[in-house]
Amino acid sequence: MRSKAEGSRPRAPLGLRLATVGVILFLHVPMGIILLYAFTTDETTFSFPPPGLTLNWFQVAASRQDVWNALTLSLRVALVATLAALVLGTLAATAVYRSKFFGREAISFLLVLPLALPGIVSGIALRSAIGMTDLPFGFWTIIVGHATFCIVVVFNNVLARYRRTGRSQVEASMDLGANPFQTFRHVILPAIGTALLAGGMLAFALSFDEIVVTTFTAGHQETLPIWMFSQLTKPRQRPVTNVVAVFVIALTSIPILLANRLTQGPPE
Amino acid sequence: MSTMQPVSDRSAAPGPPTQAERTALMRLATFLYLRPRLVLALLLGPPLVWMVVIYLGSLVFLLIQSFFSLDPFTGQVIRVLTLATYRDLWTPANLDIFLRTASMAAAVTVATAVLAFPLAYYMARYASARLKAVLYLAVLVPLWSSYLVRVYAWRLILAKEGIITWFVSQLHLTLALEAVLKAPVIGGPSLSVSFMGMFIVFVYVWLPYMVLPVQASLERVPQSLLEASGDLGARPGQTLRHVILPLAFPGVVAGSIFTFSLTLGDFVVPYSLGNSSFFIGQAVLSLTGTAFNIPLAAAFTVVPMGIMAVYLLGARSLGAFDAL
Repeated sequence: MRSKAEGSRPRAPLGLRLATVGVILFLHVPMGIILLYAFTTDETTFSFPPPGLTLNWFQVAASRQDVWNALTLSLRVALVATLAALVLGTLAATAVYRSKFFGREAISFLLVLPLALPGIVSGIALRSAIGMTDLPFGFWTIIVGHATFCIVVVFNNVLARYRRTGRSQVEASMDLGANPFQTFRHVILPAIGTALLAGGMLAFALSFDEIVVTTFTAGHQETLPIWMFSQLTKPRQRPVTNVVAVFVIALTSIPILLANRLTQGPPE
Repeated sequence: MSTMQPVSDRSAAPGPPTQAERTALMRLATFLYLRPRLVLALLLGPPLVWMVVIYLGSLVFLLIQSFFSLDPFTGQVIRVLTLATYRDLWTPANLDIFLRTASMAAAVTVATAVLAFPLAYYMARYASARLKAVLYLAVLVPLWSSYLVRVYAWRLILAKEGIITWFVSQLHLTLALEAVLKAPVIGGPSLSVSFMGMFIVFVYVWLPYMVLPVQASLERVPQSLLEASGDLGARPGQTLRHVILPLAFPGVVAGSIFTFSLTLGDFVVPYSLGNSSFFIGQAVLSLTGTAFNIPLAAAFTVVPMGIMAVYLLGARSLGAFDAL
């Protein structure tokens, strides 16, 4: 068997390396440009290069009540939706892992459907169904929509962890006389803890950022993405939108990076 | 082994349970242990009820509503099954919307595949383990995060006074840009209000969805096949065309499921950068938001679902699901 040492790896052709760098820049430079525009002194247009730089907009954004309202609503929604997704996703993953039953294969398909179907389909479906009930559109209806597409993220993470951990620890715990509740608390929960955390963070990022389904279920409530979307059509102090955009990038990217780190196996 | 410790270590539990509590718990544990079906029902019940009643129920309800119709005088929904709404759907203006959206989705899919391939190929074949992890994150983070912000970024970039215009003028190519913007259909008053701009933004936001499946399928191409191809005298270009591309194709199809479906259903990009020519997403939104014509909006969404169903069947026969 031929060993493939890191050093013996062939060097990529120049054209391929340039194309790779180009595509990565295409993916990331626009984010940098938003960051630059958060400091511009130009209040009404997007002129480039910016006529001057200022830190002023961060202060202005922090003093805007509409920004705070949208932000707190988004945070509350994301937290509750994530909690709901954690509970429902873990239950489903546990059931699928420990039992064989009719339709087991269909579960993951059912759970991924809200992410796979175009957002407008889920959005208008939920909207017309909720419209039939007496539930007023607002906080709770947003959460119904968000939890629905967040469940699969938790489900996938927890199920993958169960499969990696195996059953032997649970069996050992039972053999040693622990009851199912003790086994859950002292064996299962520690084993899936980081998977729950990772799934929860992905769900949080997904919910915090969502706009398509939210547009249909929010009623008159304004989450941060909806606030930003309204600024696209009727802008008021464009740099404030840029500041908020930078904030959203940070608040959704960091959990994803952490989640990725958590799901990597322990260092060998 | 250390995870076993706390089980026998009773003192770790907060407050020693009384004898009565312990026997009650044990009895409950035994009760549940003897009834695995009940446990399964308890575990599966809440998520299944949520997904089936709330989500599938809504989807079915939506489908049924597309067979209702709107009373043209009162604006009330008439709850009688009819095909009238589908007849209303079949107007030349709406067909234009479907055609426009599907063409955009197809163009975006081709462009993302072309852009994704070199990056995926580099990641699969050349990048060191460390660099690969970095590149993987560089693709993954934009896939999960800040969708709206990433659309918004292009409003800044494509604006008339924005960075692209500035670059073009620095290169003394302003006349060329104006000529391109004058082109029929794809042009517009500025890049930020044109199909060209929309196309760029769609490619930008959906590109990560194409990179990951293509990379996964390239990873699975066995090294031995490439060596065999080389040993048999194929030039690198020939190996790429006759060995690598056919084997990577299912990955491209898998990625195209996302790029196609996401473009079909999007309304944020058309609203941010489009003109008055609607896309499917915009039509659905305005039908629910301002026109309150839920039956027609429902019928509208049946079209992308139908297109995707056909697309998925085709993708399955091309082996795309093995590449996911």
